[in-house]
Amino acid sequence: MSHDHGHHKETFITKYIFSIDHKMIAKQYLISGLLMGIIGVALSLFFRMQIAWPEESFEVFKIFLGEKMAPGGVMRNDIYLALVTIHGTIMVFFVLTAGLSGTFSNLLIPLQIGARDMASGFMNMLSFWLFFVSCVVMIASLFVESGPASAGWTIYPPLSALEEAIPGSGMGMTLWLVSMAIFIASSLMGSLNYIVTVINLRTNGMTMTRLPLTVWAFFITAIIGVISFPVLFSAALLLIFDRSFGTSFYLSDIFIKGEVLHYQGGSPVLFEHLFWFLGHPEVYIVLLPALGITSEVIATNSRKPIFGYRAMIASIIAIAFLSTIVWGHHMFISGMNPFLGSVFTFTTLLIAIPSAVKAFNYITTLWKGNLQLNPGMLFSIGLVSTFITGGLTGIILGDSTLDINVHDTYFVVAHFHLVMGISALYGFFAGVYHWFPRMFGRMMNKTQGYIHFWVTAVCAYGVFFPMHFIGMAGLPRRYYTNSNFPLFDELADTNVLITMFALVGAAFQLVFFWNFFYSIFKGKKAPMNPWRSTTLEWTAPVEHIHGNWPGELPTVHRWPYDYSKPGHDEDFVPQTTPMKEGEVELHH
Amino acid sequence: MNGLLILLIIVLLGIAAWQLSKIYSLTQIGTKRDDSGIANDRDNNINGYLMFAFVAFIYIVTIISFVKCGSFVLDTPASEHGKDYDNLMNISFVIIFIVQTFTQFLLHYFAFKYRGKEGQKALYFADNNKLEAIWTIIPVIVLAVLILYGLYTWNQIMYVDEDEEVINIELYAKQFGWEARYSGEDNTLGKANVRYIKDVNTLGVDMADAASQDDKVVAEIHLPVGKKIHFRMRSQDVLHSAYMPHFRAQMNCVPGMVTEFAFVPTITTADMRATDMMMKKVDGINKIRAKKSQKLIAEGKPALEPYTFDYLLLCNKICGASHYNMQLKIIVESEADYKKWLASQKTLSAVIKEANAPKVDPATTPDATNVVVDSTKTLAQVTAKK
Repeated sequence: MSHDHGHHKETFITKYIFSIDHKMIAKQYLISGLLMGIIGVALSLFFRMQIAWPEESFEVFKIFLGEKMAPGGVMRNDIYLALVTIHGTIMVFFVLTAGLSGTFSNLLIPLQIGARDMASGFMNMLSFWLFFVSCVVMIASLFVESGPASAGWTIYPPLSALEEAIPGSGMGMTLWLVSMAIFIASSLMGSLNYIVTVINLRTNGMTMTRLPLTVWAFFITAIIGVISFPVLFSAALLLIFDRSFGTSFYLSDIFIKGEVLHYQGGSPVLFEHLFWFLGHPEVYIVLLPALGITSEVIATNSRKPIFGYRAMIASIIAIAFLSTIVWGHHMFISGMNPFLGSVFTFTTLLIAIPSAVKAFNYITTLWKGNLQLNPGMLFSIGLVSTFITGGLTGIILGDSTLDINVHDTYFVVAHFHLVMGISALYGFFAGVYHWFPRMFGRMMNKTQGYIHFWVTAVCAYGVFFPMHFIGMAGLPRRYYTNSNFPLFDELADTNVLITMFALVGAAFQLVFFWNFFYSIFKGKKAPMNPWRSTTLEWTAPVEHIHGNWPGELPTVHRWPYDYSKPGHDEDFVPQTTPMKEGEVELHH
Repeated sequence: MNGLLILLIIVLLGIAAWQLSKIYSLTQIGTKRDDSGIANDRDNNINGYLMFAFVAFIYIVTIISFVKCGSFVLDTPASEHGKDYDNLMNISFVIIFIVQTFTQFLLHYFAFKYRGKEGQKALYFADNNKLEAIWTIIPVIVLAVLILYGLYTWNQIMYVDEDEEVINIELYAKQFGWEARYSGEDNTLGKANVRYIKDVNTLGVDMADAASQDDKVVAEIHLPVGKKIHFRMRSQDVLHSAYMPHFRAQMNCVPGMVTEFAFVPTITTADMRATDMMMKKVDGINKIRAKKSQKLIAEGKPALEPYTFDYLLLCNKICGASHYNMQLKIIVESEADYKKWLASQKTLSAVIKEANAPKVDPATTPDATNVVVDSTKTLAQVTAKK
């Protein structure tokens, strides 16, 4: 199997476990991400059931949550918050950051720029294994006696700092912080590797403006990761100090359980600033790779060049830059100076401009194409759809005035799930369907892929569209039950409907899992370039070679989007094809 | 039982999916069996039509949501700035719906129209500066309008004129409830810090401060209609958020700091109850409650009380296990009624005097937790204490 590359022989352990090969590490990220995804989604179904049928007893709760978390099958109210917290944490960080970016940055950066591996294979391995450890710690926190972290995925102190405030802020929160610290270390190692690899290891002819948009997206994502994750790390560190060593960075004047605590002079608003300095770029750390994947998949399957290649790069950079100066829009009503609110409204709404450019460029790419509606393509089109629907409501939330009354309601939940949750997930699926043949040398079943997409698409809108309305009714998020407010009684049926859609949508993800695991072993053998794509990854042999190409590295002669170029027989011209005499490189 | 049912539904759906895929592959018979995993013309056709159907689905879901859920949306703002708020919201929504309808149509229609066919060739169209300029400039103009209008409204709402005549009220949040403190005759709230909390002085008001003497702590908020109310929010333990949706008002309550929000209530509780919109809403809610009550009675549980509308103060920042149960009634009434109500409330100093008068208990002598510190002042005393 293993193609000896002169340097070392791969044993089972070095090939499958402590591998330094980027393709294997990508698969490791993918599988871990998918498994974390199952847990994250399952938790959301549990709390959705609680919202729809408040304080009812469920067999599944007895089985999965046990007698302690759900006495008699009825979920405890602090456990509800714990599930919300861990769902958010797992989905944002473990699935959509590590799972998505980890998988596709690792797989595609070396293959698409024509490199034999990442700049540092060892650091790459370390990055995965730290990620794995952080997964284990996060999962372990679910089994802590006092319950997992329950202060929301944003872990605002004092709630997250004081055990007296909620039981989950004891051991559960400690493990959460430890897990995140390890996760950040992993993420930084990965990101640095991606940046260095893209800058240094591009093959002959692969200039920056001949990079596929996927690589551009991963590259910029890695840069914002490196800029913002350390800030979360320091925020977490200070929180650990407050929790364990009695400092007062975030805490002041607290009276709880009949006692005044010693904290003096700190401010929870400081934590909010530090948290969202990562927290907002994080949204784009999740979304940009998905948009990169979409660009690639849409161009390939439209058999057309991506429209406005340079504008796409510019908009990625603009979004990345703006993403670091908009964090305050999460804090309009936090008590910070209203003038800051004005500044952040301005910068936030500016993001709509590069986003609009991207959306219109995708639509124009479809125009007069020859669309090959493969499952990956459907998910990419789906992404553009949810990105628009979810993005538009951002105009409301980014406006400090309008945020006053919808802040922290279900309107927000609907908005960010569509624009970053569902969109990024679609990008993830698009990537899996598209590069599965490259990863496993086999094809996924397309019919199952179609069923997966269409049911998911209907359910995603079914869940999140009505949610806007219950948010505009003033229903706060993170309520264990709404039955204490007769005012909200009329929303109950809608909540049941949302939960139904969520259950059906989640159930149909099983089609994907079946398709995925079945196809790894039993799928039809894939041809070398099944989608007839121009990029370099399809010029490397399917079988596992450490070093990617058996002989010389390929040389690049053109940009990655020469689809249906006049003057060529095929409707795609691989990047390795030299320019014909007199042929012009159309993009400038 | 429920769990079992859900499990059953999931299994059935799984079977349905499996059968669907079989039917789908049966439709492929006659053509040649295709297990390539790559879309052929037939797939492009089917999915192309489904794409077109999907834009219809989006429109239908939108319309159904508006018809079924439109009445949920908060209507008739009960505050002065609420009108501006709703205005801005409506403008934003109109823009959003135009863009949404238009772009979703283009996206899905193109996906349908240009679905792949054998032998069809795509147009090599990589760039067009004019087009890109158009869809950069149009959002810029639209956003400029929204930003300017938004910021104008924001400044109107958030900055309270110092000279303006206002009624000062403190909202005090704790796990899990609200209290309010009225500033009394002098219209000045006395100093306060959690370190002064003792017995009935649950808000930690500094009773040595002259301004504190006439402050009144109450368990229900009454507001005079048409007067500007300046709320100052405090929290004693974790973050809370004072959310008054009907007034389009919200501000976080942050331990260690005082936050502010001001508005003018414009509709009394009684008038609000009498609006058509509210009568219809309450009627609908009571029908739902009556139905629920029938079920409860059948189970031998007490029936639900019928609902009458009241303005509410809710907590809207995750604050602990009972976050979902933190509310306070707000009553907006005529100034005369408001004054009558306020006069009937005891001042905090009277309440404290009363509580201390009859029993002389040696156990309530000042203890270490009641060290006198003004939160705005130095840390020195606290550190020294340790």
